[in-house]
Amino acid sequence: MNQNPRRIVLLTVGGLVVALAGTFLLDPYRNYLLALVAAHLCAIAGLSLLIGRTGQLSLGHAALMAAGGYGYVAGVKLGDGAVPDGLQPVLGLIVAVVTASVVGLLLGLAGARLHGPYLAGLTLAVVLALPALTSQIPALGGDQGLMVPFRSVPQALSSLIALEQWQAWIALTVVAVVLGVLATVDAGASGIRMRAVRDDEVAAALAGIRPGRIKVQAFVLSAAAAGAGGGVLCFVDSGVRPGGYGVTLSLLLVVGVVVGGTGRLAGAAIGAALVVLLPWLIGLGTSGLDLPAEAAQRLDGNLAVLVFGLLLIGLTVAAPTGALGLLTRAGASRKRSAPSIPTTSKD
Amino acid sequence: MTAALEIRRLTAGYGAEPVLREVSLQVPDGQVVTLLGANGAGKTTLLRAVSGLLPTTGTVLLREQDLSDVPPEQRVRRGLAHVPEGRGVIAELTVEENLRLGGLWRHGRTALRERTDAEYQRFEPLARRRKALGHQLSGGERQMLALARALVAAPDVLLLDEPSLGLAPQVVHSIMQTLRDLCDSTGLTVLLAEQNAAGALSIADRGVVLHLGEVRSDGPAAQIAQDEALRHAYLGY
Repeated sequence: MNQNPRRIVLLTVGGLVVALAGTFLLDPYRNYLLALVAAHLCAIAGLSLLIGRTGQLSLGHAALMAAGGYGYVAGVKLGDGAVPDGLQPVLGLIVAVVTASVVGLLLGLAGARLHGPYLAGLTLAVVLALPALTSQIPALGGDQGLMVPFRSVPQALSSLIALEQWQAWIALTVVAVVLGVLATVDAGASGIRMRAVRDDEVAAALAGIRPGRIKVQAFVLSAAAAGAGGGVLCFVDSGVRPGGYGVTLSLLLVVGVVVGGTGRLAGAAIGAALVVLLPWLIGLGTSGLDLPAEAAQRLDGNLAVLVFGLLLIGLTVAAPTGALGLLTRAGASRKRSAPSIPTTSKD
Repeated sequence: MTAALEIRRLTAGYGAEPVLREVSLQVPDGQVVTLLGANGAGKTTLLRAVSGLLPTTGTVLLREQDLSDVPPEQRVRRGLAHVPEGRGVIAELTVEENLRLGGLWRHGRTALRERTDAEYQRFEPLARRRKALGHQLSGGERQMLALARALVAAPDVLLLDEPSLGLAPQVVHSIMQTLRDLCDSTGLTVLLAEQNAAGALSIADRGVVLHLGEVRSDGPAAQIAQDEALRHAYLGY
């Protein structure tokens, strides 16, 4: 909370450069996974800020990611013929963020007067309504969703990097911008206002703060982050399908927040990595077990959810501040227990 | 002397039964007026009603502006500060952040820094605890912080609810004296609800005694302090 904007920019740019360089060490599939982690990180970071700083629990962030995905498609179609090919994804991402922000504004206005389970219920209803909405509005493409033209690597880079690495670069750049914005907001006056509203709305009002407005602003910011994530997913997958943005994803996003540590943007990275990589790692593990076909089919997908559940229970018992809190505590205790090194000698 | 705050026929409560019944009083510009009375007299309710935290009938005028339909945060922005009972310090914000919170709506970055520095000078113990969280402070420090946060916004009128609650007599004396000095040096107007009648009357210009939601007495503080019948009947000393 005490970071100044310049330090945040330096950290963000430095982290982005390291991450971009790191993509050269990964094979194409792992770069693809990295892009997915970045997309989910946008949404989880925004949700973490919303829950951790204003106490608003949203179970509807999958729908906001979907709004971002549909916004991306609309943006790309809008730019078709109007802007150069290379800029269409940029326009798509901008429209993704705007679309999700507008949906977030509507949800935020409706939810500003609601607390705890009531807001969670409202946002959950939005996610549940998404399939019905997409099937009723032909422009949204029904169950099949919408596709966008496949984007290959720009010609200048095509001899240097593979498609998946290019996708990872775009995803990492977007997530760097999202994290930079969220961290700046969190560290500034808006962060103070949000925490004041979360802790005591009456005291915040008596300090001249408008609690309702702050909650709506936080919801819109969080929705914009989720929309950016949805846009990135749409860019990576060349389309948006409503089936991918259901209740399960919404719950996984919340799990990602809790696992990483509520309100901790660095922790959100741990949560996002877990949400994307754990099913993959479990799949790798079970594929080597030589299980009967029926058992393997039953485990597929279900085992990951079970492990998520167990992990969540274990973490909330052992580390209520999330994985990042656990790591911070472990680091601090190791420092305390490290033997001191004498700095002078009597020799 | 003109009234900085005027309350006319104010009725307020928490349910069907009103706690305050048609209370009228004036707080003259630059003076300390103390609200006295036993538990349940309506002191806290009156302050909450004035700052817009309770539904009311009647009129609240701040420098002749009608605040009746104005929400609490807008009343703050018009110059009415309220330090509630329990102090309203944000537990998870640091002292520095709590102080900044008080003036975010009013000042730019530089002006806000100047205002917070001024409050650190006024309440020196806070300057040594800038990075401490609200919940890590002692009762006296919390009271100082709540008062300092209200003052950062440079209000016209300060509503202060039970500042002596749970504090050692020495701390209470220091806070009361700071309050009096503030009024004398800056012209701040204060409406102070206080159980510690003797302490409050010692710094107040006027006193208003409430009993079961109605005004029983309203006059100069020295006169109320010397009225033995009033003290025995309503003030408990």
